[in-house]
Amino acid sequence: MPAASPSATSLGDRIFRWVTAISAALVLLIIGAIFVELVRHSSLSLHRFGLDFLTSTRWNPAKGEFGAASSIFGTLVSTAIALAIAVPLSLVIALFLVELAPPWISKVVGQAIELLAAIPSIIYGMWGLFVLAPVMSEYVQPALGRTLGSLPLFRGPPMGIGMGTAGLIIALMILPFITAVMRDVFRMVPDVVKESAYGMGATTWEVTRQVTVPYGIHGLAGAVFLGLGRAIGETMAVTFVIGNKHHISASLFSPGNSIASTLANEFTEASEPLYRSALVELGLVLFGITFLLQIGAHLWLRRLKKKMAVST
Amino acid sequence: MLFGKALGTVTLLMVVGTTSLFTACGKGGSRGRINGAGASFPYPVYAQWAHRYHKLKGVRVNYQSIGSGGGIAQIKAKTVDFGASDAPLRAKELGAAGLLQFPMVIGGVVPVIHVPGVGAGQVKLSATALADIFRGKIKKWNDAVITGLNPGLNLPAKPIHVVHRADGSGTTWIFTNYLSKVSAAWKNEVGTGKAVAWPTGVGGKGNEGVAAYVKRLSGAIGYVEYAYALGNKIPHVLLQNRAGKFVAPTIETFGAAAVHADWAHAPGFYMVLTNQPGDRTWPITGATFILLHKKQADATKARAMLNFFDWCYRYGADTAKKLHYVPLPKPVVKLVQDRWRSSLRAAGRPVWK
Repeated sequence: MPAASPSATSLGDRIFRWVTAISAALVLLIIGAIFVELVRHSSLSLHRFGLDFLTSTRWNPAKGEFGAASSIFGTLVSTAIALAIAVPLSLVIALFLVELAPPWISKVVGQAIELLAAIPSIIYGMWGLFVLAPVMSEYVQPALGRTLGSLPLFRGPPMGIGMGTAGLIIALMILPFITAVMRDVFRMVPDVVKESAYGMGATTWEVTRQVTVPYGIHGLAGAVFLGLGRAIGETMAVTFVIGNKHHISASLFSPGNSIASTLANEFTEASEPLYRSALVELGLVLFGITFLLQIGAHLWLRRLKKKMAVST
Repeated sequence: MLFGKALGTVTLLMVVGTTSLFTACGKGGSRGRINGAGASFPYPVYAQWAHRYHKLKGVRVNYQSIGSGGGIAQIKAKTVDFGASDAPLRAKELGAAGLLQFPMVIGGVVPVIHVPGVGAGQVKLSATALADIFRGKIKKWNDAVITGLNPGLNLPAKPIHVVHRADGSGTTWIFTNYLSKVSAAWKNEVGTGKAVAWPTGVGGKGNEGVAAYVKRLSGAIGYVEYAYALGNKIPHVLLQNRAGKFVAPTIETFGAAAVHADWAHAPGFYMVLTNQPGDRTWPITGATFILLHKKQADATKARAMLNFFDWCYRYGADTAKKLHYVPLPKPVVKLVQDRWRSSLRAAGRPVWK
């Protein structure tokens, strides 16, 4: 550190430290406040339904019966589908951009990906409904039905909308985010490390699998969780294509709903207190799911780190 | 990445900024500006009226389409000068909140279909057939009930896909209210609501969502506001009304429903125009309502507001028709204005003379 006049440094430092500390505290405060508000406004529904809220599939605003099971199911399944598609694809794209592509291609494609990330989700939703859904219903779903129709996953009328299409749309939406982070992670792997592996006669694949990926595993996992965070709360695009039915089905063709889509659909016209309260509780459930996933992710990552430290 | 995030934050700040600006305006309640909020169904016509009225009279009417639920909440909290709701409030609820309710404009809900080889107005449906289709009891287009109503029409053996609204909406309220009136089974199993537990089908967001799904899905049946059926050129059905006649959805048949309704004996103008009598009546018609506080704080402002509504009744009919709404019939307007006279007070004095 270059020596400046000590008093100025310490004052500046102190101010800086306070500003950062307050900003950080603000984050916690906001999260806490959100939680408190969610609980406060959902108290009516919490008292009425208790834990049944999580397991009941009944959702009947006209009769005042509310259960979150189908929304929770839809949220988890659509997110899982999206990650299953987006993560491997992002990994491959990022590797291509960093390891294999000539610099100019890498630059152009990289820019294009960042541009994709800036498209508002409503546009993805419209595109999904007017472009992707027809393609799904005319080509993709009939083909899947013919070939794999014996599996419960691909049963039902090919309507083009439903859980599968929703998962696909979310995958397209989170792909740029995951790819961009993964690309940055791969870039940060020191050339020395890679070159020494190549020097030992390793192929590109071996270097990737045994050097690049393990080196950046923390960052890669971070990329996945960033995508997960976006996918789980994605609202407008999902609402357009998921089919919006409070219903649990094994088929990817059949309509379902997610917590976010239910909120987007029903909040504006929910005038009865219990209805509103149940919707807020859905928000609370989403909050809880995200929180649990975060904790799970951290624990898993810590174990992974330990294991890798042992194996190398 | 970072750029994207920063952009997001900026947008968020802007949104928050504008919203608080709006709220500030709403709360300020500046003179010469009338604020209303509520139902999204009449928004196009209210916005047109407000625009034309401002050009003519220089009085600004600001209507925010935030949904009926929000409109009711805001007028109760007095953050707006008038509220708007698609579903009428019961006289009891009006009394408790000290509100006056009156109908402003009428619209129709139309079942639309997508059956290959079948055009607009070719399929006839009875009320119970419609209810049974939406209950999932009639599953195919060539079901005996449908073919029985349509001798000579060649209907395919295709499954029926029901399409309904996914979001809570006044349109759904009117539609399910109608089905509840004509089918006891529907009333018991599903009931009336802005959002209900649909026995079958998929949900589209908004009228445009339902229209898009119906156009996409071969064998689909859905329900949309009249304007969307016209605008999207989706074939509608002929419905059997209470008089047993099959009618097409037109401005005239919606108007017939309003004329035949017994407004004079509806407390608080609680009137649902579904399943009304009359040979030419379209059975799934609904009015959209304005809500005002009976005790107005500011007489000048209250009068300005009533002047606007009066102008809409008098001169707004063409605008409404152009947007496929039905203007309120003259006798009903008279009833409404009598109610203004008898019920609205500012500082103990009638506002409307």
